Amino acid sequence: MAGFRTDTFGTRIDRDKPLRFTFDGKPVEAFSGDTIASALLASGRSIVARSFKYHRPRGVFAVGSEEPNALVTAGTGGETEPNVQATTRLVSDGLVVSGQNAYPSVDRDLGAINQILAPFFGAGFYYKTFMGPMKRSWMWYEPSIRAAAGMGRASLSPDPARYERANAFADLLVVGGGPAGLAAALTAGRVGARVLIADEGHVLGGAIDLDDARINGTAALDWAKEAADELDAMPNVRVLRQTAVWGYYDANVLAAFEDCSAGGLTRARHWRLQARQVVLATGSYERPIVFAGNDRPGVMLVSAALAYARRFGVMVGRQAVLFCNNDQAWLNAAALVEEGLQIAAIVDPREDLPAELTQPLEQAGARLLTGHVVLAAQGKKQVEKAVIMAADGSGETVTIECDALLVSGGTNPVINLASQAGGAPTWNADVAAFVPGTQREAWVPAGAMIGAARLGEVLKQGAVAGQASCEFLGLRCPLPSFKVDSRGGNLRASVEDGGLKPLFEVKAPAGRRFGKFDKAFVDLQHDVTAEDIRLAAREGFESPEHVKRYTTLGMANDQGKTSNVTGLAILAEAREVPMSEAGTTRFRPPFVPVPLGTLAGRARGAQMRPVRRSPLHATHAAAGAPMAASGLWMEPRAYPRPGEAAEKAALREAAHVREAVGIADISPTGKIDVAGPDAAAFLDRVYTNLFSNLTTGQTRYGVMLREDGLIFADGTALRLSKDHFLLITQAAKAERVVTHLEYLLAIAWPDLRVTVTSVTEQYAGIAVSGPKSRTLVSRIVDGRDMDNRAFPYRDVHRAAVSGLPVVVARLSSSGEDGYEIYIGADHGVFLWKRLLETGKDLGVLPYGIEATDILRIEKGYPGAAEFDGRQSLEDFGMEKILSKKKNCVGRPLALREALTSQDRLQLVGLQALEGAAVQAGAHLVKGESAEKPGESEGHITSATYSPAMKSHIALAFLRGGRERHEEVLYAADPLRGTHNRVRVVDPQFYDPDGSRSNG
Amino acid sequence: MLIPCPVCGLRDVGEFTYWGDAGVKRPSHREKEAGPWVPYVYERKNLRGKHEEIWQHEHGCRQFLIATRNTETHEVLDAKLAGPFGGDE
Ligand SMILES: [Zn+2]
Repeated sequence: MAGFRTDTFGTRIDRDKPLRFTFDGKPVEAFSGDTIASALLASGRSIVARSFKYHRPRGVFAVGSEEPNALVTAGTGGETEPNVQATTRLVSDGLVVSGQNAYPSVDRDLGAINQILAPFFGAGFYYKTFMGPMKRSWMWYEPSIRAAAGMGRASLSPDPARYERANAFADLLVVGGGPAGLAAALTAGRVGARVLIADEGHVLGGAIDLDDARINGTAALDWAKEAADELDAMPNVRVLRQTAVWGYYDANVLAAFEDCSAGGLTRARHWRLQARQVVLATGSYERPIVFAGNDRPGVMLVSAALAYARRFGVMVGRQAVLFCNNDQAWLNAAALVEEGLQIAAIVDPREDLPAELTQPLEQAGARLLTGHVVLAAQGKKQVEKAVIMAADGSGETVTIECDALLVSGGTNPVINLASQAGGAPTWNADVAAFVPGTQREAWVPAGAMIGAARLGEVLKQGAVAGQASCEFLGLRCPLPSFKVDSRGGNLRASVEDGGLKPLFEVKAPAGRRFGKFDKAFVDLQHDVTAEDIRLAAREGFESPEHVKRYTTLGMANDQGKTSNVTGLAILAEAREVPMSEAGTTRFRPPFVPVPLGTLAGRARGAQMRPVRRSPLHATHAAAGAPMAASGLWMEPRAYPRPGEAAEKAALREAAHVREAVGIADISPTGKIDVAGPDAAAFLDRVYTNLFSNLTTGQTRYGVMLREDGLIFADGTALRLSKDHFLLITQAAKAERVVTHLEYLLAIAWPDLRVTVTSVTEQYAGIAVSGPKSRTLVSRIVDGRDMDNRAFPYRDVHRAAVSGLPVVVARLSSSGEDGYEIYIGADHGVFLWKRLLETGKDLGVLPYGIEATDILRIEKGYPGAAEFDGRQSLEDFGMEKILSKKKNCVGRPLALREALTSQDRLQLVGLQALEGAAVQAGAHLVKGESAEKPGESEGHITSATYSPAMKSHIALAFLRGGRERHEEVLYAADPLRGTHNRVRVVDPQFYDPDGSRSNG
Repeated sequence: MLIPCPVCGLRDVGEFTYWGDAGVKRPSHREKEAGPWVPYVYERKNLRGKHEEIWQHEHGCRQFLIATRNTETHEVLDAKLAGPFGGDE
């Protein structure tokens, strides 16, 4: 296409603000207000993209978000945005734009060879290669097919742009800022309703500027400007420009995407819009007519050509041929003549058109080919001529030279949102289009989206929709009147009055072919041809949903805005059924492509999830401890000495605990307060073992099962008084345990008098561990005899440290003599410092979570890695903890054969042979070589070097593992490339009889 | 989807956690045989239309609700408190 910039004004551009960007490295001149598409057209460029499968050259086809062809990549590096619609993105100075799916460029693309392979790429190509006799060939072709078929490439570097999420609430949400939407918003806004109006365009008014009309005496475009100004000025109205509503969800929640790329801190914003009432005024898209070679650059929608002329001062060609089947297109043709477009011919299958339509074109010197159709567009890299024949296929063809072939097959109402929130769309034969089905949410439609064609009618429907919404909201509301004086005031727009003759495709008469590769395209973005759809029908596909998936019709990121209905019409004809019977597919969100960044919003990196910090966090940081995330908690890995690696420090700390004494921050541990007269009875029901026989001042380890009998969580209950327990659970499971208990109390046993309260954050907790721990603790705890008999293992007592109340429990996860001290969170730092100072002569040192993990693995205590939700009690050899005296949650199903079988994966210890380290995630196999590992018989869950055992050890699950101690297996870790010999042993590596902690 | 919490008012579904079909009766705590527990744990009807279900207002008042939801439209027709504060027992 030889597009060019005219001297006329262009309502969207500012000719005083020229700017420059690059396309595929070449500079392009533009004006402020240009879209990438309008600037490329003005520069005379015809090829802007290459097609998905066949790599055919493609040009700009439309003017808005319905564009199927002109996808480009904008930006460079981390800011690269692939698949940007050139028709909706405004240019900015210095913007770097690149063509897609082409090598080396869209002008010269080597991938165009796919056109020659085209016979292999028909409908169902992928299914057939996967399933048929060609199955093997897929492996052969896959790499080159994947490389050749495609869209833009995403950048591999992090996206530095800022995205936001926002919420808005309204009495009335108006979707679409065209004349119907403006009328609705004005009507409701004037009586004080809280109104949101969202429009995907940069300027409100929709396509009102394509109609030469006056509204209440004002030119239509000025009226739209005034309406927008009035709405902007109303405090109860919010106008969201460049905001495409893309999803309609339950309870009138709608999702929208605001493109903020024109400037500012934020690139894009995700909106969650909640409205009591919605007016859908989403307008319509002009639809094409399919013919051979209709994808050549230069083939474009009629209304798009007029929009480029009026809005951007861009004429899309030097000499045009128009092909249409409706009166509106003739009005647009006359307007294009006024803008200065040279029209060589206008082709319409209808005969006997009114003189008021034909005269302006006749006067402009266009050939009037009524009763004719365009059979093919021909040309090398773009349209060079149109081949025309009589509508009945008789006689000789006529060939007319042109560099723009403008088509109009009528309009399709934009019913996507209505379909998302409503019943199946219905075929309205009078306007030859699908219109919305029944409402399933509180919305009313208005304007072109229900087939209204004349501006007066559109405005009136908008106002009525606004009024109806106000009445629904309980607001009395007068109906504004619009006096419209329009060129299309008496427009014929129905099949019945002759304003439209349905025509979706022109097929070549039998025996005539035009060019070797001249396919007739329905879905330009996915390269789906009319023949593909007929092939699908011949192969037995009838439902539009099936044909869509088989051919990929309408499955590209334009959602088939210009192709769906045409494709369905071709399917209906092939099946010889009427459109009303053929039906349509259900539309799904998103209506426009949504960058994933907007859905994430600011929830990225450090803001992805909340971070939880112990009350001792700052103390650990000041001590130079490297922190690591453990679930949501930040915890100190170790306390390295200057120049010491954290891994080495952890080994030193673990060894020190076994020799002297160490302290560790256990504040993240889950702490749940259970109180009430029935607290003990409640714990009997939720734990596998008995708690009611525990006396005050004692603790007990317990396991909770899920209702299905598998292990849910473990923990220790501390009985502080007759009616009061403190449950200590793994940090990672604390919240789930709380809700589990709340659920049972609310739903299963509302009669139990128990309260459950999470107190994790109310207490700081410090573990004191090691042979010298008792000496240290007895120095700081006031008024409590710490002697073994007075304070035996597993006892708990209230006490005081410097007058501050504490709970001291003699518990140990290290296997050494140990205590856990819980104190009010604000006093955690005090207690920590007190322990370090008081124990200086004992050699007390802090130890981090890595040493904690080493110590518990040496003892064979299962942790979060072992309790992954798939284990039964038997898998741990803990079946004895399931009390026979009482029932508990999960007990009946825990006794099922499948959960007690001895060939399940059972907990074992592993000792690495030959000194090589093993890692969690490795599988246990019999095969001696990494190449032939054999079947997995289990896997490693935790692994460490053990300073106490002086070897690498691990906890693992092994099929029937308890009977397999001393067996030698291999830990296969293909991802990390290791295959090491291990010996199966008892998981309690260190001090198996427990004399060190109990004595 | 919006849920009318009897304590907090009309709130977005994102604040709630679904806990399952309220129509499935939990066997008595004293029931030790696996038989009655199997349908309670594994069998659900997947009804179309009105459905009574358990929701917790986890990021609100933390109360458990019995909500009546239309599974076709996702409209929540009613929600009442479950548990000791339900007043139904
Ligand atoms: Zn609530």
